Amino acid sequence: MNSEILLKVENLKVNFNVSSEGDMPWTKPKKLQAVNDVSFDLKRGETLGIVGESGCGKSTLARAIVKMVPAHSGKVIWLGNDLLELNKSQMRKHRKQIQMIFQDPLASLNPRMNIGEIIAEPLRTHYPKTPEADVKLRVRDVMNKVGLLDNLVNRYPHEFSGGQCQRIGIARALILKPKLIICDEPVSALDVSIQAQVVNLLMELQEEMGLTLIFIAHDLSIVKHISTKIMVLYLGNMVELANSNDIYENPRHPYTQALISAVPIPDPKIEKQKDLILIEGDLPSPVNPPSGCVFRTRCQKAQEICSKEKPEFKEAATNHKVACHFND
Amino acid sequence: MSLLEVKNLKVEFETADGIVSAVNNVNFSLEEGKILAIVGESGSGKSQTVFAMTGLLDHNGSASGSVKFDGQEILNLSNNELNFIRAEKIAMIFQDPMTSLNPYVRVSEQMAEVLVHHKGISKSEAIQQSIIMLDAVKIPEAKSSIRMYPHEFSGGMRQRVMIAMSLLCRPKLLIADEPTTALDVTVQAQIMHLMAEIQKEFGMSIILITHDLGVVAGNSDEMLVMYGGEVMEIGKTEHLYENPTHPYTQGLMSAVPRLDDANEKLITIPGNPPNMMLKPVGCPFSPRCNFAIKSCSTVTPNLTKITENDHFRACHVPIEELL
Repeated sequence: MNSEILLKVENLKVNFNVSSEGDMPWTKPKKLQAVNDVSFDLKRGETLGIVGESGCGKSTLARAIVKMVPAHSGKVIWLGNDLLELNKSQMRKHRKQIQMIFQDPLASLNPRMNIGEIIAEPLRTHYPKTPEADVKLRVRDVMNKVGLLDNLVNRYPHEFSGGQCQRIGIARALILKPKLIICDEPVSALDVSIQAQVVNLLMELQEEMGLTLIFIAHDLSIVKHISTKIMVLYLGNMVELANSNDIYENPRHPYTQALISAVPIPDPKIEKQKDLILIEGDLPSPVNPPSGCVFRTRCQKAQEICSKEKPEFKEAATNHKVACHFND
Repeated sequence: MSLLEVKNLKVEFETADGIVSAVNNVNFSLEEGKILAIVGESGSGKSQTVFAMTGLLDHNGSASGSVKFDGQEILNLSNNELNFIRAEKIAMIFQDPMTSLNPYVRVSEQMAEVLVHHKGISKSEAIQQSIIMLDAVKIPEAKSSIRMYPHEFSGGMRQRVMIAMSLLCRPKLLIADEPTTALDVTVQAQIMHLMAEIQKEFGMSIILITHDLGVVAGNSDEMLVMYGGEVMEIGKTEHLYENPTHPYTQGLMSAVPRLDDANEKLITIPGNPPNMMLKPVGCPFSPRCNFAIKSCSTVTPNLTKITENDHFRACHVPIEELL
């Protein structure tokens, strides 16, 4: 596989200002660190899975990469250019190479446009001079590719089922022949039998078109299935990053271990004998994160050092990074 | 005698476009102290089955057949009679705990109300009992937490409050309708663990409705697979996972990626779940079934017993051909 690095994210931070109820107009809003110091690189043809509980910053991270939310600091280097330093028109050139697929397939399609228009819109936006006949041809092509019959081109989104709507979303992302597709929980809203169809479709398209994917989901089994490497986020911080089989067979961070243990396996014999690692309590508030290691409040291995020092995110084995004081 | 016996349950809805049959000919029984999982995709009729049993159907819905609970026929009873059964014998928890709790009322009031109404005890005593129950579901500092409003709890904690509330009258049957679908996996593990503990402690039966085959595997004794409003297969959970004998069950099991498996290609079920307005004739799964034969699209297969282990399936195709 070509080992060219497509995307390199360095120390990306995203902060939001939040003011709480009852604040006086002159009170300074509190700082919420949604994404804190995230770095990774992504080679062509790879799939990076991002997992974590709701509120851990996985969607914000994806949005910050395409500048849908402003980043506070850090670098997003796309083929040698730092996207965060580009202005809008410069960014535009790169946008067609990075496309996104969203969670709610119906809500992300305009109900007043027919699907031919929806799928053609990115093409018309980025290449306004494309002749109409070409647009039609490309729309048909891409519809066939994602398994939609091209005679449905004049239908409206509400006439389709959830799985089909997700295929429309994928077609819309593919029509510009992007290099990277960011999938933000693309299958969470779908039925089990349809999930498998969409996951298979994404994997087939990836092979066929040499796509690179960032796949965000909270379902660890699907992420493991589709990804080459997996990043685990907790309260906006990276806790572990490794190859997908590695992370499952040899999770090093206590949070990853608990997360894997919490995923039920569809086999009664295994499931009933399994030693469950239960994490107590809830996610702490991101406005007021714990000092030191962010996971220490729910961690079974937590010691004094965890509340004082933030563990460094470092390599514990080849291609296996982890942020924990006790990673042996 | 079993605690619950459902026979030929049918649910129909009258809509502007005609009659929709949401549940068709569902039969099952549940012993005391057992957990039955009802599995199916959206629109398979799993929720409507239990709504019909507990009289919670929408006003345009009607149910027929028979539901015997503790020897008593409870299908289509009047609201007065059902209110008594619903609180003291059958309790229910729902998918989204936020929408099932009243956002304007303190948890203490909501919980005490149940006991004051059904047990006729004083409010202060009711609150005392509610605190004990919140303790049982491991809500930290139950004494002060009970004064909070639902929005002050996290999703997992709200579901715990719901469970505590449903247990106040010590029901014999707890119906949990997708109790963990809206929760994160780590919280889901907490809640399922809690339900198992509580089931042991209180000894009630549970009907667990879910679409997650992983949750079913770890938390049920028996399972019932529904598709298009009909029962496809029913049997002991372990037995059924080992030998799924219905093409739909088989398809469902191979369509879920497993965390403990190598990255093989997922085997998908082609097509989409049926539109219940235009339900296929015969077996509802036949249009998506790889094994369908002629009779599948004309005659609805009956549930037939296939082994000694109370394993039933509804399929025309002989088992040998499916393996």
